[in-house]
Amino acid sequence: MAVCGVLLRCGRLSRPLSGRTAALGALLSASGRREASALSYVPETAPSDFGETTKMNLFQSINSAMDVALASDPTAVIFGEDVAFGGVFRCTVGLADKYGKDRVFNTPLCEQGIAGFGIGMAVMGATAIAEIQFADYIFPAFDQIVNEAAKYRYRSGNLFDCGRLTMRAPCGAVGHGALYHSQSPEAFFAHVPGIKVVIPRGPIQAKGLLLACIKDDNPCIFLEPKILYRAAVEHVPVGDYTLPLTSAEVVVEGKDVTMVAWGTQVQVLREVCNMAQEKLGVSCELIDLRTIMPWDSETVIKSVNKTGRLLVAHEAPLTGGFAAEIASTVQSECFLHLEAPVERVCGYDTPFPHIFEPFYMPDKWRCFEAIKKIINY
Amino acid sequence: MSSQTLDLEEDKPQFPGSRSEFTKKLEFITPDVYNGIPVYRVLDRQGKIIEADQDPKLSKEAVYDMYHKMTLLNTMDRILYESQRQGRISFYMTNYGEEATHMGSAAALNPGDIVFGQYREAGVLMYRGFTLDQFMNQCYGNAEDAGRGRQMPVHYGSKDLNFVTISSPLGTQMPQASGAAYALKRSGKRLCVICYFGDGAASEGDAHAAFNFAATLECPIIFFCRNNGYAISTPTSEQYRGDGIAARGPSYGMATLRVDGNDAFAVYNAVKAARELAVNENRPVLIEAMTYRIGHHSTSDDSTAYRSVDEVNYWDKQDHPIGRLRHYMVNQGWWDMEKEKAWMKQARNEVMQAFQRAEKKKKPPPSELFYDTYKEMPPHLQQQREQMRTHVAQYPENYPLDNFEKDRD
Repeated sequence: MAVCGVLLRCGRLSRPLSGRTAALGALLSASGRREASALSYVPETAPSDFGETTKMNLFQSINSAMDVALASDPTAVIFGEDVAFGGVFRCTVGLADKYGKDRVFNTPLCEQGIAGFGIGMAVMGATAIAEIQFADYIFPAFDQIVNEAAKYRYRSGNLFDCGRLTMRAPCGAVGHGALYHSQSPEAFFAHVPGIKVVIPRGPIQAKGLLLACIKDDNPCIFLEPKILYRAAVEHVPVGDYTLPLTSAEVVVEGKDVTMVAWGTQVQVLREVCNMAQEKLGVSCELIDLRTIMPWDSETVIKSVNKTGRLLVAHEAPLTGGFAAEIASTVQSECFLHLEAPVERVCGYDTPFPHIFEPFYMPDKWRCFEAIKKIINY
Repeated sequence: MSSQTLDLEEDKPQFPGSRSEFTKKLEFITPDVYNGIPVYRVLDRQGKIIEADQDPKLSKEAVYDMYHKMTLLNTMDRILYESQRQGRISFYMTNYGEEATHMGSAAALNPGDIVFGQYREAGVLMYRGFTLDQFMNQCYGNAEDAGRGRQMPVHYGSKDLNFVTISSPLGTQMPQASGAAYALKRSGKRLCVICYFGDGAASEGDAHAAFNFAATLECPIIFFCRNNGYAISTPTSEQYRGDGIAARGPSYGMATLRVDGNDAFAVYNAVKAARELAVNENRPVLIEAMTYRIGHHSTSDDSTAYRSVDEVNYWDKQDHPIGRLRHYMVNQGWWDMEKEKAWMKQARNEVMQAFQRAEKKKKPPPSELFYDTYKEMPPHLQQQREQMRTHVAQYPENYPLDNFEKDRD
């Protein structure tokens, strides 16, 4: 299952992390020409009251979160395939040396085992941080997550729970991941009452949200957009901090159209905000949902009541994707305020293709076109 | 760093995955290469100790305790099975024929050892002190059910008695048990986990995961398989083709024992020895207890559809765990038919009274259906709870409100 992890790394190990706008050179074509759809990551600034910061990319910020968790909680452990040497995406580099092999350890290659083992540890009150190597491989663990983790507290009448469990997995398009290294499975898990699903848009967000998940007393699934691991670089607070779950964030304020996304797509929509302003004179309000489940509908509803227009975009396929849930709630709660139908720009309803990725993705031009449609309705 | 030292002087295999020797013979290992792992037994079918040095020499009180609870369980099973037939509870599963697997194992454990069960281990709970009222409250899903009425009958759980709440999916408890054992190891408490599962559940991928994780991560856990011959209607001949579950143990690197599950003393000795290994050496142990499921799978099953009444009668009459222990007690001069009659009458009374108490109690308030989905109740569930309450207040005649306690407010 995890064979391709090494292949994905080799193209980028030799490239040094550049400064502010680290272009995602992962999309270099065979001729070395940058693909037209390459994305720029716009770094953010951490709140000053979070203390001293240092430059970190996404995998370093996640590493930092786990470092903080293991330092402050003696029951905390990290486990999964290949985590001991540092992980295929380097999220656990240095942690086994620092905290010991009994706290940062490899498991056999078995996702249902990783999930079940993690649940059992959490039931005993230990903080269990499980890594699934790619979100595409989380499905063997689906039974343990859906039928066990999500229902543990409910079915036992609160006698038992596995709230101390957090499962992390890299998700999302990476330029060449194809069917099994690109998936965004958040919609499957959103449909399961009892778990929380969280996706960060960058390093500062990732560290705070991951620490919140680890500390949260409900089982959490933390999906990490793998394309941002190296490319997203910010000055991230070095200490212990959390960001709130079930709290969407207005990343760009605007008044004409509300746009909702999570993970990498927030960056795409940042560009769409600029395009809409420059080319159409349209002011977009961009919301990062951050927690998919339970989601902060209040922030989205408030925004749509103000703008009257909504665009939701995600890489996951259109049908049954989480945009459908948001659209349904918004049409119910904001019906009289809506000036146009809700637009969804998503991956097509196919498996995630390899060579056709540029055509498949909900890129900025598809989103821009949707804005035009909403405005001109 | 992995440290495989290569020894290139000798002509031996150097593969990291396995060493051993080279061979020039092309010879497949066939499944019948040996006769099958033998079945450890202490008491014969007439209740006599076979080898004196295997006698656990349990006190009269300890044996009484086991026997009383085996028969109390059997009595409770009969009454609750009937109550389902009468429509009083929705579902039930009996434990007929497996009482020694429960009591023998439970008696050998420390009360702090954590139990992960499948669904046919009620005797372990009873041994530890779960009361008749507690069993009945769960089956009735009434307001005193610690599980808050959320699950089908027999899905018991008890935090105080270290018995993790049962769930319906099979085998899912197994890798969880491995993880719990790992956490116990890290905590430094000299305790272990015992994980019960059946011959059918052992086919699930979760069983493989559990064994492999427990062995590679050195977890203090006893895997206890109740091989009772059937998974609903599927006999073991259709469940596996190897030498049962015990044969799998060594292939995972686990110490393994097969035991006569209808022999309370053999089960006791086995679990006691397994516990020593698990706790002292932080390693998993596999015990396969051979037994027979005398009852139907559940109240939704009629096993005459797939097995002969003669077969069932053999086990019921000739090799019943309760009978074998009773013979032992009679042989010791501790028991006789008078005591048996008196006790069975008392047991029945106790069960009937608990049953009547449970039946009379109301169910929990309807809003209980919303709690504990998350630790805190998120806004969307608060909204849905209000919607439910508003709706029911508008159409009360269509909902069985008289059977339920009032919603707290």
